[in-house]
Amino acid sequence: MISEVIPALLHSVPMDDTWITFDVNSFAQNFWSSTFDGLTFGAIYALVALGYTLVYGVLNLINFAHSEVFIVGCYGVFFTLSALNFGPSAPRLAFWAIVGNLVLALVVAIIASALMAVIVERVAYKPLRQRKAPRLAFLITAIGVSFAIQYTIYWWRGPSPEAALTMFRPLPIFDVFGTIVDSQQVVIVIAAIILMIATDQFIRRSRTGRGIRAVAQDPDTATLMGVNKEKIIVTTFIIGGILAGAAALFYVMKIPSGVQYNGGFILGVKAFAAAVLGGIGNVRGALLGGLLIGLIGNYGQVLLGSSQWTDVVAFVVLVLVLIVRPEGILGSSLGKSKA
Amino acid sequence: MSTTDGPTLIPDDAAAQAIADREARMRPRRGWFPGLGDRWNALPRQTQWLILIVVVVIAYLLPILNPPLITTEPGNNWQIALAQMSVYALVAVGLNVVVGYAGLLDLGYVAFFALGSYTAAMLTSPDSPYVHIPYLWTLPLAMAVAMFFGVVLGVPTLRLRGDYLAIVTLGFGEIVRILATIIPAMKGQVGFQNVGHPPGTDSSGQTIFQNSNGTPWYWLTLTIIIVVLLAAGNLERSRVGRAWIAIREDEDAAEIMGVPTFKYKVWAFAIGASVGGLSGALFAGQVGFVNNQKFDIATSILFVAAVVMGGTGNKVGALLGGSLVAYIPLRFTAIAEFKYLIFGAALVIIMIFRPGGLLPARQSLLAYGRLAYNKLKGFAVGGSPASGKLVTQPGKEAGNE
Repeated sequence: MISEVIPALLHSVPMDDTWITFDVNSFAQNFWSSTFDGLTFGAIYALVALGYTLVYGVLNLINFAHSEVFIVGCYGVFFTLSALNFGPSAPRLAFWAIVGNLVLALVVAIIASALMAVIVERVAYKPLRQRKAPRLAFLITAIGVSFAIQYTIYWWRGPSPEAALTMFRPLPIFDVFGTIVDSQQVVIVIAAIILMIATDQFIRRSRTGRGIRAVAQDPDTATLMGVNKEKIIVTTFIIGGILAGAAALFYVMKIPSGVQYNGGFILGVKAFAAAVLGGIGNVRGALLGGLLIGLIGNYGQVLLGSSQWTDVVAFVVLVLVLIVRPEGILGSSLGKSKA
Repeated sequence: MSTTDGPTLIPDDAAAQAIADREARMRPRRGWFPGLGDRWNALPRQTQWLILIVVVVIAYLLPILNPPLITTEPGNNWQIALAQMSVYALVAVGLNVVVGYAGLLDLGYVAFFALGSYTAAMLTSPDSPYVHIPYLWTLPLAMAVAMFFGVVLGVPTLRLRGDYLAIVTLGFGEIVRILATIIPAMKGQVGFQNVGHPPGTDSSGQTIFQNSNGTPWYWLTLTIIIVVLLAAGNLERSRVGRAWIAIREDEDAAEIMGVPTFKYKVWAFAIGASVGGLSGALFAGQVGFVNNQKFDIATSILFVAAVVMGGTGNKVGALLGGSLVAYIPLRFTAIAEFKYLIFGAALVIIMIFRPGGLLPARQSLLAYGRLAYNKLKGFAVGGSPASGKLVTQPGKEAGNE
């Protein structure tokens, strides 16, 4: 029996090469456009990844509910825009009107996300910290909170994505090697980088930032030195929430139809992968990892010919990098980074 | 102890009693079964076996008894509900080996479940162009395939720890699901229908294992669960099991004490994966239809939730958690739509109030340690506590008593 089965099995391995193709021509043609798109997505991943990295640095745990913090921000953007009567096609507005709407949506998203982040911390982590629960328990409550938020949204808004609302018409700005870079990509990348530099500087220079680094390095000693650990932890969650809210605005800008109850989950996983890739606990690593995951995913998609490949390629690269450098590319922690 | 430590409570019998009390408080004393674990352990082995046989017989009779309050009818067929509960229980038992014993956080366990399902489906379904073999042959084959991929995933990634491992396994689960969508041979959302079933017909010529009749599937899965439980119990008590516990408690210490941690972690991964593949194949046979929709990350996390909710590292807990996760939405069909919402909230509440799960793992290893300690100190086991002594003189070692 077995001696018949094994050769037959070997014969029946799917050898038709239709499902995986290396389309080098398409890759060469679309190289620059996929680079710019990849950088845009990468900037969004990086902003979300910062939330993971900061919480990991301070509490040493994956905040699995961070993707829900992000999606709540997306809903903030969505409700602001629908209150402002935006539709699927962008209205022709004056420049300052666009900026005004964007800032309004940004503020709402940031408030929603930061609030959600604080609620997550209060409900899922603080009671466990007080009880000195084992680490696995933190992870499970994070997953529990994540499920609860997702399915509360599901209950409220249903399974289908929200109607697409477009904020503004992307205007062509540059022409790089025959590929047009539009205003949307420029706005997202520049705004994300400014936010990340601001976060980096805040953590490096401000008094609160010093507190965050102290708690990341050694919570007990930091407490002895007069750092209010609880306050620092809440602050960290708020910063993560603010960045997730900003990322939510950019995400809705880029993919208007992406607001869905579970829309944040895969993005969250990829953002966490970005944080790990760059070296978790490292603020600059999150930027690098985010951009890399964005670029690699987009290249993989063009090279292998299906948008589904984005995630597969991103994860495979993550595994490969971790095998070579288990601590990530810039693997020093938040606490050990220089003052 | 260094001279700068100051006053210290030396670990005398009072301290030992305090530890025992604290652990007693952690056990489910206030729960639904107060002190059951202690009473169970106090029973002689033969009595335990007798009770177990009665429990097993009742378990086998469940589909026929159809007990009133517990049944899922009307609404859901009780026999099919039992078959699904048994598959989930088997999944939880398999995942318990990885998460509970070895302490490896595997968030992509659904990948092995999917591999088992697809192995069974692609080798038995008429929809698949590949060679067809009898269904029962796919069970060991599904185990082998899943185990192979467990090793393939484990060897490069098990050098990672904790959260890194969690994210990598999560990615692996997602990769398997996406590949099932992309690869034409796996038929994406169309899937495979009429997955095979074990042979056999009853007196009227009807096949015994029908998709609409859960009873034979339940009995088959229950038998497999009992075999797996016996095997897992033996593993747990063996050198391998002790190595797993050591790795779970402190990997570095285990490594230093000469436990080849990497080897045993791969073992745990492979064994857990093979049980996952087995349950996947059973699931595919019972449901009779396999497509890519059933193997998403939410399901994977539900599996982990089942193990942790039941009690990590406890076989009975895993069984309970696995069956509950399948049972609750079937029993309360009205709330089935909110099952993830309820599980989410339940997970948070259980973790806050019972961080060890519903049935926490027995700490028999630690208990033996305490017995030995009490013997050494010359106290009667469980003797009355004396007052703790405070060592106030700096430099006095606690061990010099």
